[in-house]
Amino acid sequence: MGTTMITFTLNGNKMSTDAPTDTPLLWVIRDEFGLKGTKFGCGIAMCGACTVHFNGSPVRSCSLPISALDGSEIRTIEGLENKHPLQKAWVEHQVPQCGYCQSGQIMQASALLATNANPSDTEIVEYMNGNLCRCMSYKRIKEAIKQVSSASASVVEIYDPKRESILESNNEQEVV
Amino acid sequence: MTRLNKTEKIEQSRRNFLIGTVGTGLVMAFAPVMTAYSSESAATALNKKHFNPTVWFEIDQTGSILVNISRAEMGQHVGTAIARIVADELGADWDKVSIKHVDTDPKWGYMVTGGSWSVWQSYLPMSQAGAAGRTVLIEAAAKLLKVQTSDCKAQNSHVICGDKSISFADIISQGNIDRTFSAEELALFTPKDPQTRRLVSKPSNALDIPAKTTGTAKYGIDVEIEGMVYARPLVPPTRYGSKVLKVNDSKATKVKGYLGYEILQDPSNILQGWVSVLADTYYGAIRAADAIKVEYQAGETTHVSEQDLIKEGEKLVADKTSGGRFVDHGDIDKAAAEAKKSIDSTYRTSSVLHFALEPVNAAVEFKDGICHVHTGNQWQSLFLPVVAKSVGLTDDKVIIHQYYLGGGFGRRLAGDYMIPAALTAKAIGKPVKLVFTREDDSRFDCIRSPSVQHFAAYWDGDNALQGIDHAAAAGWPTLTMAPGFMPDSVDKKTKVDTFSISGADHWYSLNNHRVRAINNTLAQKTFVPGWLRAVGPGWIAWGVESFMDEVAHAQNTDPVDFRLKLLDAKGKNSSKAPEAVGGAKRLAHVLKEIKVKSGWGKTLPKNEGLGIAIAAGQERNMPTWSACVAHVRVAPETGEVKVLKLTSVMDCGTVVHPDGALAQTEGAMLWGLSLALHEGTAIKDGQVADTNLNSYTPLRMADVPELDISFVENTEIPTGLGEPGLIAVAPAIGNAIFNAVGARVRDLPITPKAVKALI
Repeated sequence: MGTTMITFTLNGNKMSTDAPTDTPLLWVIRDEFGLKGTKFGCGIAMCGACTVHFNGSPVRSCSLPISALDGSEIRTIEGLENKHPLQKAWVEHQVPQCGYCQSGQIMQASALLATNANPSDTEIVEYMNGNLCRCMSYKRIKEAIKQVSSASASVVEIYDPKRESILESNNEQEVV
Repeated sequence: MTRLNKTEKIEQSRRNFLIGTVGTGLVMAFAPVMTAYSSESAATALNKKHFNPTVWFEIDQTGSILVNISRAEMGQHVGTAIARIVADELGADWDKVSIKHVDTDPKWGYMVTGGSWSVWQSYLPMSQAGAAGRTVLIEAAAKLLKVQTSDCKAQNSHVICGDKSISFADIISQGNIDRTFSAEELALFTPKDPQTRRLVSKPSNALDIPAKTTGTAKYGIDVEIEGMVYARPLVPPTRYGSKVLKVNDSKATKVKGYLGYEILQDPSNILQGWVSVLADTYYGAIRAADAIKVEYQAGETTHVSEQDLIKEGEKLVADKTSGGRFVDHGDIDKAAAEAKKSIDSTYRTSSVLHFALEPVNAAVEFKDGICHVHTGNQWQSLFLPVVAKSVGLTDDKVIIHQYYLGGGFGRRLAGDYMIPAALTAKAIGKPVKLVFTREDDSRFDCIRSPSVQHFAAYWDGDNALQGIDHAAAAGWPTLTMAPGFMPDSVDKKTKVDTFSISGADHWYSLNNHRVRAINNTLAQKTFVPGWLRAVGPGWIAWGVESFMDEVAHAQNTDPVDFRLKLLDAKGKNSSKAPEAVGGAKRLAHVLKEIKVKSGWGKTLPKNEGLGIAIAAGQERNMPTWSACVAHVRVAPETGEVKVLKLTSVMDCGTVVHPDGALAQTEGAMLWGLSLALHEGTAIKDGQVADTNLNSYTPLRMADVPELDISFVENTEIPTGLGEPGLIAVAPAIGNAIFNAVGARVRDLPITPKAVKALI
């Protein structure tokens, strides 16, 4: 364990922390930067409640030490700014019950739709299977994802606060 | 553990309903009759706060309606259902309604959210309260509009009379409203004619959902208090009798932010041998706790295993003198003595975790002599006095502030996790947020006790079933946590935890039927047994409905026809208003419906089968009639079971919030499947063996079968839905496995190994 300054981008804002470098990202996001939407569930990367995007890919922040972060871009549920179509679909399908896992579910699903415009049922299940929902809202999660994917012919880009418009260039995301 | 002799009645006491102008708004509140102020008008009492409302809602001058909700929100969207009952009767515009989840001020009355009771208990009083409010608003409007009240109706937050109309907001800002309804007057309001309902039973979105899609919904774990430090508890090796002998924190002192530890002395005796570890970050507390070495003297249960508990249960059910009678109908001993044929079977279930995804936690601050507890909890009224005792305050000096619950499932009926937070905050004189890690949470869980049930069925010489003898042994949640809620057994031999035997008193008519409820004392000593979603019926039905199938097969009758014949709705199984209008006929109805819907009797491919089970949970005085058919495929070479489809027909009376009801039933049925095939742990060395997802494996998306759920449409009083959908699933799966490959599984969870061995 060492103490150095780690700098990364959090939802478009440059942040620095001097927390011990083995500190999992989860605790820095929640308790140092106050973004409480990302949740603590199992602590061993097996429930997915703490899922965030690390340079666009979904990671379990409970098990990612901040030493791995330097210069990277992190996006949390707050970074979607309630503008992602999945969030609308989640309401339309009345997905959440207790809601505790849903930030992680939405972050995982948004990463799926950013790279796969039209995932099959099997692809959805494979991609989402690591995210536990203790209320068992799985059926609705799947339906909401399918609705968003079927409403768009291209991948669904993740909202990036640095950009003027989400319709602009998409260098960071592969178009299928 | 301290025995809590809580005897408060859950039923609301006699009370008035007050409606009066307060400031610029209108307040409506239930309030017990207070003789000192009995001559005061409603408005005076409301303005002078000479009332002690148990339920209250208000309309401000802009017409916004706020309904205060004392029930915990843990995924059931309970506030939406309750507010819609009020708003429908009131004639309110739903868009103007909001809800607030309240703290434990005694004015809210007894606070408990469990047993699938919320809508069932709220429906009539909330309907009547809304109707009284409507009456008053119409009377005030009629005066303002100079029309007859009989010509007026309330709709969309307006009172309408022919072509005249006035909004609730305008009535309230102009009218000086002051009206008291006695309990007798209030009782005269019957719920609206179902044909005229605008909100109840109509589609709607849940009010709590948007915040749960943006990360802004606030759970107990999200609470921050100015100046707080973080704590992680060290859970001792046994639940009872552990003592801290020595603590060595030399390695912890190297952890950044480590602030020290506290050995907790708990006057309530809930915590025995606990240490809490403090740091300025939660990760620091985790690291420091891992680094601290504590030497314990463990309690006497330190070597208890799951096998010991099951053996004890088997011994208890075999001992005819153990336990107390819960059902004693006819003379089962005579039926047994005269029987020409009999069968008997033993059913078991293993220890199960709640595994609510938000690990238990609490933030506590002492301020101006008050102990403020911030946490999500289901039964504040049960543990508030325990918190008070543990920190040496009177009950009125403790306030529990409510938040969203990251899963309840019965885990948060126990509020034991508030105690270490409160004791630590008291010890260090600073606000403390204490969070259990996942592993700590599992080790401190009030698990569903392992259980053993024995059944024997007796036939006469004409192959006519004469009766069933049933005994069930388990650890009893209510015995440890709320013994005042346990009634006498039928034979007055003992008190009985009805929450650990409900479902054994089923709706089948049998000539002779005896049920013995037995406490597994070894389980009781080893851990705190918990109420887990569907509680008693959740495991009792595993035995009852699997054995009913065994009985049907033993007399060569179709399991559906066999059940229908026993559901004759006679005697004690006949209609009982208001909760069981129609009696067992309602259960027969869902069974007939599912027979058609599931294609019962159709030819299936080899190694596939359909299985049936029914239930009337949670209790006989609040039955939700349900039937479930499972369609399974078994791989005989491995014993692996795949559930292809679960079909269900539910009759819960009026479905207040249809989509919420469907969501609850989806979740409950998948819980049933998860408990049948995917979940289960064991007690090992006095502790839970599986503490995290690497070995405890609840159902995932890939395991979800096709679901076909329907609700019977009727206008009976609504019963509960949070749990009942779970009950019939496991026995339906077990019965389907038998029909697929002839293997009669009797242990939960059902493992491939067990199925393979039985083929």
